[in-house]
Amino acid sequence: MTRKGKVALLLILFLFLSSLIAPLFCNVDPNRIDLESLKKSPSLVHPFGTDNKGRDIMWRVIYGGKISIGVAVVAALISAGVGFCVGLVSGYLGGRTDLLMMSVVDFLLSFPSLLLAVAISVILPPGVYTVMIALSVVGWTSFARLIRGHVFTLKDMAFVDAAKAVGCGNMRILLFHIAPLCIPLSLVMIGIKLGGFILAEATLSFLGLGAQPPMPTWGSMISANRAYILTSPWMVFFPGMAISLTAFCFNMLGESLKERQQLREL
Amino acid sequence: MKAYLLKRILLLIPLLLGITLTTFSLLKRLPGDPATGLVGERASPEIIAEIRKQIGADKGFIAQYKGYLTLMMRGDFGRSYYTNRDVLKDIRIKLPNTMKLAFSAMLIAVPVGITIGFIAGYRRDKLISGFITAISIAGLSIPVFWSAIIIMLLFSLTFNLFPPSGTGGFQFIVLPALVLSIPAASTLARVTMTSVADVMTMPYVNTARAKGLSPIKITAVHILRNAIIPIVTIIGLDFGSYLNGAVVTETIFGWDGIGRFTMEGIMKRDYPVILGCIVVSTLIFVFVNLMTDIVYQYLNPGIRLHDKKR
Repeated sequence: MTRKGKVALLLILFLFLSSLIAPLFCNVDPNRIDLESLKKSPSLVHPFGTDNKGRDIMWRVIYGGKISIGVAVVAALISAGVGFCVGLVSGYLGGRTDLLMMSVVDFLLSFPSLLLAVAISVILPPGVYTVMIALSVVGWTSFARLIRGHVFTLKDMAFVDAAKAVGCGNMRILLFHIAPLCIPLSLVMIGIKLGGFILAEATLSFLGLGAQPPMPTWGSMISANRAYILTSPWMVFFPGMAISLTAFCFNMLGESLKERQQLREL
Repeated sequence: MKAYLLKRILLLIPLLLGITLTTFSLLKRLPGDPATGLVGERASPEIIAEIRKQIGADKGFIAQYKGYLTLMMRGDFGRSYYTNRDVLKDIRIKLPNTMKLAFSAMLIAVPVGITIGFIAGYRRDKLISGFITAISIAGLSIPVFWSAIIIMLLFSLTFNLFPPSGTGGFQFIVLPALVLSIPAASTLARVTMTSVADVMTMPYVNTARAKGLSPIKITAVHILRNAIIPIVTIIGLDFGSYLNGAVVTETIFGWDGIGRFTMEGIMKRDYPVILGCIVVSTLIFVFVNLMTDIVYQYLNPGIRLHDKKR
């Protein structure tokens, strides 16, 4: 891995640890309303300032990260899982199955991605799971395409013929001979796509379709505090920095993975 | 080429059917009965049954979908629950505004992105290309809704250079176009960089140099002409990102376009508006992608040849 990839990975680990582990040790309630300190600018007590209900922005950013990063990662994993299975079957069977599955992929790709995600989130009750579902419905297609292409090249290789020659069934060849060879590629793809999932989650939360208040997410903090931008810009600035930094690190990681794997087209 | 075009256009039919079917099924899944919506909860069951029969709500799914399609073909997308205005009429008023915004954003993104990317690819300097890669990744990592708010704070609320929101002439369009152009310029810069760097390693560039052609001629005739193919494709394919970005940008800047219309519809759960906007946006998206494909075919003889062989 290149140096920038390592730096990005370290930063991601730091963000992850601070948002996933810090809440376990520090017993702070990010939703605690403190009427004594409304709209305080950043200080030593509140490094990121407080919002219009006196809630500490730093703790809300940290707790929000748990949800924002968590939702994005889960959605990426679901997308990768579904895409992996579809790509595997589609690539191995070929023919009509392949045609049908790839038409579904093309169909989903013919929507502007955000609008499709929004449309799904509108139908389901807003919340964390809705965002996961919406992002996965939009996200699995690129995984399916990638794995399908990879399976296409793999299934013509000699080891598949060898497996057939010793009497392995299709199921066995697919699960034990081809699937393991596709796993590294999908892991790389997850790394490449995570930045996009972070941004998409943030956008859906910003639009009010994600986790509902008072649960903090980075996107919803920005939309809730938008009205105070002129008087207390820190309320919007820090959650936005958190999104940008996280997405930047993931995208950097993806970039270095791409360089290493020479996958320019993704 | 003609056969390919015909195939692509024929493929649009199942696609359009699929899109409308999806939006229609989404509509059907929503709670509430249209008949009670029309005559109120307290109407007698007989009247409700009568109304249901009148509006065709008692028919099967397929028949209802057929009716929905016919209405859409006639340009009837229904009326907004809140303003009772014809949805398609409103879209017709708002769509040109969105187009104006998208083209203004392109006007910024295309020259900026191509210039930056070209310099980075041409110089083949590790430091410069690393720096530009980092900047363009940053441009893709900043959420549009956040950069919109920050840019509004800087340029209109602090320095009073441009109005913070509204629809209108030049001074209103600058900030939203700027915001919308950031991710687009970043994508373009990266594609241009790799494309130019690729072309630079081709043997024909060396040949041109060996022939003693001037650097300007080499750049214009040999490098740019070949590097432009992926760039044009990205400009077209990236159109979806303008539509995506417009939803957020227009909402924040109060730009009266289809993106904001969609967003308002979503916030108020105004389903005819949401569906109309999604259908129209998707249509535009599909159409632009088709156009991009055609231009790509035209620009890239390699693919045309491949198509003929089949």
